[in-house]
Parts: sequence; structure tokens; C-alpha cells
Amino acid sequence: MEAAVYTKQFVIFRLENEEYGIDILRVKEIKEMMRMTRVPKAAHFVCGVINLRGEIIPVIDLRKKFNLPDGEENNNTRIIIVAVDDITVGLVVDTSSEVIEISNSAIEGAPEVVGNVDQGFIYGIGKVGERLIILLDIVKIVTNFAV
Amino acid sequence: MDMNQYLEIFIEESQEHLQGLNQSLLGLETNPKDMKILNEIFRVAHTLKGMAGTMGYTGVTSLTHQMENVLDAIRNGKVEVNTSIVDILFECLDYLDNSISSIANTGQESSNKADSIIASLNGVLLKKPAAEVEQPVINNDSKNEIMKLNQYEENIVRKAVQQGMGVYKVKVMLVNDCMLKSARAFIVFQTAERYGEIFKAIPKVEDIEDEKFDNEFTIALITKEPEALIKKELESISEIIEVRFDKIEVSAEEENTNIDVEDQELQEDNSLKPSNEEKDNSGDSQGKKAKMGKTVRVDIDRLDNLMNLVSELIIIKTRLEGVGSDSNNQDMTEAVEYLERITTSLHDAVMKVRMVPIERVFNRFPRMVRDLSKDLSKDISLYMSGEETELDRTVIDEIGDPLIHLIRNAIDHGIEEKEERVKNKKSANGTVNLRAYQDGNSVVIEVEDDGKGIDIERVKKKAIEKGIISQSDANELDEKNAVELLFKPGFSTADKVSDLSGRGVGLDVVKTKIESLNGIVEVENSKGKGSKFIIRLPLTLAIIQALLVTIGDEKYAIPLNVIRDINTINASTIRNVHGQDVVLNRNSVLPIVRLGRMLDVKNVESDGSEELTAVVVKKGDKNAAFIVDSLIGQQEIVIKTLGKFLSGIKYIAGATILGDGQVALIIDTNSLI
Repeated sequence: MEAAVYTKQFVIFRLENEEYGIDILRVKEIKEMMRMTRVPKAAHFVCGVINLRGEIIPVIDLRKKFNLPDGEENNNTRIIIVAVDDITVGLVVDTSSEVIEISNSAIEGAPEVVGNVDQGFIYGIGKVGERLIILLDIVKIVTNFAV
Repeated sequence: MDMNQYLEIFIEESQEHLQGLNQSLLGLETNPKDMKILNEIFRVAHTLKGMAGTMGYTGVTSLTHQMENVLDAIRNGKVEVNTSIVDILFECLDYLDNSISSIANTGQESSNKADSIIASLNGVLLKKPAAEVEQPVINNDSKNEIMKLNQYEENIVRKAVQQGMGVYKVKVMLVNDCMLKSARAFIVFQTAERYGEIFKAIPKVEDIEDEKFDNEFTIALITKEPEALIKKELESISEIIEVRFDKIEVSAEEENTNIDVEDQELQEDNSLKPSNEEKDNSGDSQGKKAKMGKTVRVDIDRLDNLMNLVSELIIIKTRLEGVGSDSNNQDMTEAVEYLERITTSLHDAVMKVRMVPIERVFNRFPRMVRDLSKDLSKDISLYMSGEETELDRTVIDEIGDPLIHLIRNAIDHGIEEKEERVKNKKSANGTVNLRAYQDGNSVVIEVEDDGKGIDIERVKKKAIEKGIISQSDANELDEKNAVELLFKPGFSTADKVSDLSGRGVGLDVVKTKIESLNGIVEVENSKGKGSKFIIRLPLTLAIIQALLVTIGDEKYAIPLNVIRDINTINASTIRNVHGQDVVLNRNSVLPIVRLGRMLDVKNVESDGSEELTAVVVKKGDKNAAFIVDSLIGQQEIVIKTLGKFLSGIKYIAGATILGDGQVALIIDTNSLI
């Protein structure tokens, strides 16, 4: 019997030259860059906290988390707000503009090394035409941050 | 039927009832003759039986049923209350408590059988003196058959007679083959209630409803109408053979002290109906019940949500204040002021809803002290005051364990053995005082014992043994600081390790817990006379007054209640002692904490300047000067947590949202001193 074919939607964003995807069900919203309050003594990849309609949300710089070179903040910079169970965090990304549907047959397991991203954070590689999209395991990323 | 939806209600209500039961049992122990308490216990057992029966928990049902039997026997004077019976009743309570928690945790009753407790309850019933068993309770032929009335019922009768009403015992006999006994009984009740008030029924109304009676039952009726009329009415109901009226009389001189001023008022106002009187007369337990009827059970999440919304409102109010003062528009300013008054009242109101009297925590202690003093064979009385003091719910939930710990400590370590007390010319009976009161913006809870106090030398010795301090440190320590050693992790002075205390997880846990609630613990010690632990807790955790300061280009909030004063310090007066910057202030040495450096702030202005702004902050009786760049002002802030993700961040207690929507961090001053 063939495995059932189903599709999942992913929010696609860019960091450096790679495209990444996050399961849309984890994404609460996407915000433009806003002023943050630095949190002293927090991990280096935490850029600070923001006020999201009265809720204090920590924001993570994914570039720092993935050991990518620091980027310039510009008009395209976005904060993707993701929620895993009772933890809500923001992720700073270069740009985010589309949602893509990827069928499970087009997703391959993670190769040994993908750029600088820790393999444990990757759920698979999605092939959309010629594009290769790194699908992130957001649950792992968020829970791994929360030390 | 799906019972799950009722399970939560069942558990919550049962727990409430058990808590009441606990109190009543303690009351019964000191006051074995008090009918009111007995009735209350009976009522709780009965309610629990009914609830557990509905939910299908047979263990609880059968135990409470047997409890009822025993209690009934006590009520009827067949069995005397003594310590062993109270002990058994306490055992029942423990069993019920366990069962309910196990139902709450696993959905199943605890598998331990209640058989042994039921057996001991049965034992109580069997042991009753033979002579009393023989006493004929119901004698059908006797015309003046006595209806047993308790004190409360006697009072009703007396009152009714005083008002010229008739009180009758009405015995109703049904035909032998009556098919719908309870239905007939119901009609009798209804008919009788048209003419007066029924205040007692034999057998009980519930039993009559369940047809648990033979062909006759008796009701006690207060009425203004002539006996004959009612009799005729009742006899006209079909399937009723006979209705017999007997006057109930109560000796007037037995009138007891219960009836006092209130009573006189009643006499003046004769138009009051009997039902009103009952209410006025029924004493404590009934009054409480009526009050309970007015409450609504609300999920705490909903309250939290409400609280969040109020917080939002306060934030936006602060923002409007800013806009109002900028715009110089009179109308605007007035409107904002009005808004401020409303939000403040709203905030108070919501906080009130979240406030719970500390009684909820306190009322488990009498039992605990009772058990502990039995276990340790020390005579200990616990005095409690200020149970009505209210605290935020979140605090109430957390404060129980630390208090248990302190009380156990007081009893186990503090209060001496009886012989030793007598030798030291103290009364053999030790006392533990538990007090709660509100002091300004905080609530103070004190645990005081009249035991031997803390032996400073022994504390020091222990601390050296455990490697917490060195011998030379110990010599320098004054008494106050030595007592502080008790709160160090891994410290426990008990020579004998008992299962009560002295497991080495002692007071440091208490201290950590209290500090996590933004509170402080202090100790007052007087050797040979006892010790006193003082816990000071903030009234509310959610909204506080704070001082906003800037450091570099960042804004921080310092809770106002920890600030002693604000000073300017000349940089040249700062000295360096043992690598620590200090300054002499009011004849005491103040350590300097440069917030900018501690918090890794960039571009701190104050670093190079001559005049420094210092916020002097206190922690217990220690002070420190926090250097900031400038002061913004005092503001009401709503405390928000940084969330799980950033939990445990050093030096930061939380965050708040300022009027302009920016987030400012709240400084955890305790960790910086």
C-alpha cells in the first residue's frame, strides 16, 4: 500500500542566501521590525523582548543562533512570531513573503550538513521546482533555546 | 451518563467540605457537647455521601454512611464523644482526603479499603452502654411520646409558643398497602405547610422521600391555625388512616444564653414569620451557608484574563496621561484624570476578587499541630490570629509549604521536651503563635514559639562543620548574621533527624520560596525564650509602584517598596574596600552597585561624572546604593513575566510595558545586594 500523500503549508523566509520554511500552524503572525528592549545576561542570540499587544515576547536572532554573519537591518527585515505550547518567541529573519504548499513526497530527510545550521534543528529539505527549502523543526529550536 | 463534567465540581466541593470537616472535628474535640458542631459534621458527611454516591465512588459512600450512623448515635446521646471517637473520625477524614486526592489525580478512588476504619466505626456503635440501648426510643402506644429535639429546635418551639402559635407533633399513619408512600407523604407535607411551618420530620425528609419508612411518619409543625382544621384537611388525603396531633411543649426556663439581644428585637416585632425567625436564630453554621449561596465559582484562568485586561487598561491610561500632559488641553486632562480614577477602582476591584483570606492556608494547621504534639508527646497549643487577612491567590497557593515548615521547626526544634520546660520554670504547655496582619502595602505572617530559641553557638559550630563558614568567620559573626546561617542551603541543626524536620532541606527552601514571591524572611531570636520568624509579603504581585530610571539609553524600573532613599554621591567620596566600592552614608557603609556595569549597558553616562545619582535600596537590614544615570519618576507598573523562555535571567525580576509601548525591565534588587 502506498503511503498517503498529503501537503503541508510552510511560511518561507530568507537568511543569507538560503530559504527556510516553518510549519504554518506554528506561526502566529509576521511583524515588521520593531524596537526591542535588550535583556542583560540573556543568551547571545536573544536580541531582546518586544511588546506584542501587552504580552512580553522574547526575540531571537536566527543568524546568531545559526552562526551566520551579522546582517544589516532593513525594510525587509521581519519578526516571525511562533508559538510552541506555552512558549511564544519571535524570530528575526531577513525577509519573509510567501507561503508554499509542499507535499510530503517532496520532502527529503536532512543531509549530513546544511550550511551552518545544526542538523538537529532541521526537519527535512523541501523541493519546490528548482528551489531547495530548509524546513526547520521549530519545536526543537524553541525548546532547545529555553534553557 | 458522562460524569466527567461533574468530576471537577465534585472534587472541588468535596475538598471544601473536608476542610470544613477538619475544622468542625477540631471544634468537637474541644467542645464535645456542642450540638451545632455535631450537626455540621453530620451535614458534611451526609453531603459527601450523596455526592460520592452520585459519582459512583463506593468507598467514600460506605465510609460516610457509617460515619453518619456513628454521628447519629452521638447526636441521640447513645454514644459519648471521647478522644478515641474523635481520632477515628480524624482517620475517616484522612481516608476521605486521600480518596478525593486520588480521584483528582487518577480519576479512581484510592485502592486502600476503608474496611478497617468502618470496622472501628462499627466498634464505636457496639460499645455503647447496654442500658442506653434498651431505652425505648419509639413507643407507639404512649400518647405523650417524646420527640427528641435538639437545642436549636427547642429554641424554635419556645419562640413560637411565645408568639402564641401552636406547636404540634403530627403523627400520620398510612394504609397498610399504600402504593405511593412518598407521594402521599409529599401531599401531607404540602398540605401542612399551607397552615404553618414544618421544622422537623421523623424519619428524616430525605428518608421519607426515598420511602425509607413503614406506614407512619411524624412531623413537627408550627401553626397559628386550630388543630382541628389541619387535622381534617390531612385526613381528607386518601390512603391516610389516622392523623394524631400532640402538643409539643418545651420548658421555658431552659432558655439559654444563645437568645439574647437579637431575641428581644424579635419580640418587639411580633409580625415576623417563623421562617424569618429560624434564620435569625440558627446560629453560625446556618449563617455561613446563606453566605455561601451568594458566591460564584470562577475558573482562575478567567480571573487572570480579566486581570490582564485591566493591566492593559492601566498601560493605555498611562499612555493617555502622557498625551494629555503634552497637549495642554484642559478637557483632555480632566478626562484622563477621570479615567485614572476609574482604572484605579477597577484595578482594586479585580484585585479584591483575586484576594483570598489566609484562613484557607491556616485552617490546616490546628490539625497538624495536634498530630505533631501527639507524635512528639509535647503539649503544644497553637494560637492563630488574623485569619481573615487577605492575600493574592497566587501567594496563598505558594505560602502553605513554607509555613508548614516553620511551624514544624518551631514544634520540633523550638519547643523543648516537657521535663526541660518544667526545669526551666516554663509552663509545661508550649505555645506557637501564628499571626497574620496587614502592614501598609504588605502582609506580615509571624510564626512565634516560646521554646528555647536558637542557640547561636551551635548554629555557628554546625556551619563550620558543614563548611559553610570558617572558624575565623564564625568569631566575627554577630548574632543577627549568625541566624542568617540557618537559611544557607544544606544547613540543619537537628541532632536527631526526625521525619518532621531536619532533612537538611530546611530553611533555605523557605527563604527561596518567600523571595520568589517578592517577600522577605526575618528572624527574631531570644535565647531561652523562643524565636520568631517573620515573613513579609507584598499584597499583590501584579501591579506595583516603581521608580523608573535610565541607564545609558535604556530604561529600568526599581520597585518603590525596596527603595530607602535617593541621594547624590560625589564620586570622590567613594572608597574601595576589599575590592568593593563603598561610600559613607549616614554613618554607615553603603556598598556601591553600578547598575550600568552589572547589566552590561553601553554608553553609561554616570561612569565618568563627578555627581552620581544613587538609589539606596534595602534588602532586609542591608542597604546598597545603586548608581543610575538619571531618574524619570514614579509610576504604577504592571509586572509581566519574561516567560518560560527567559526564566531565571539574572538581576531581572520581570518586565513592564511603559506608556509608549516600550518594554522596561524590572530590576531584581535582591539578587544585586
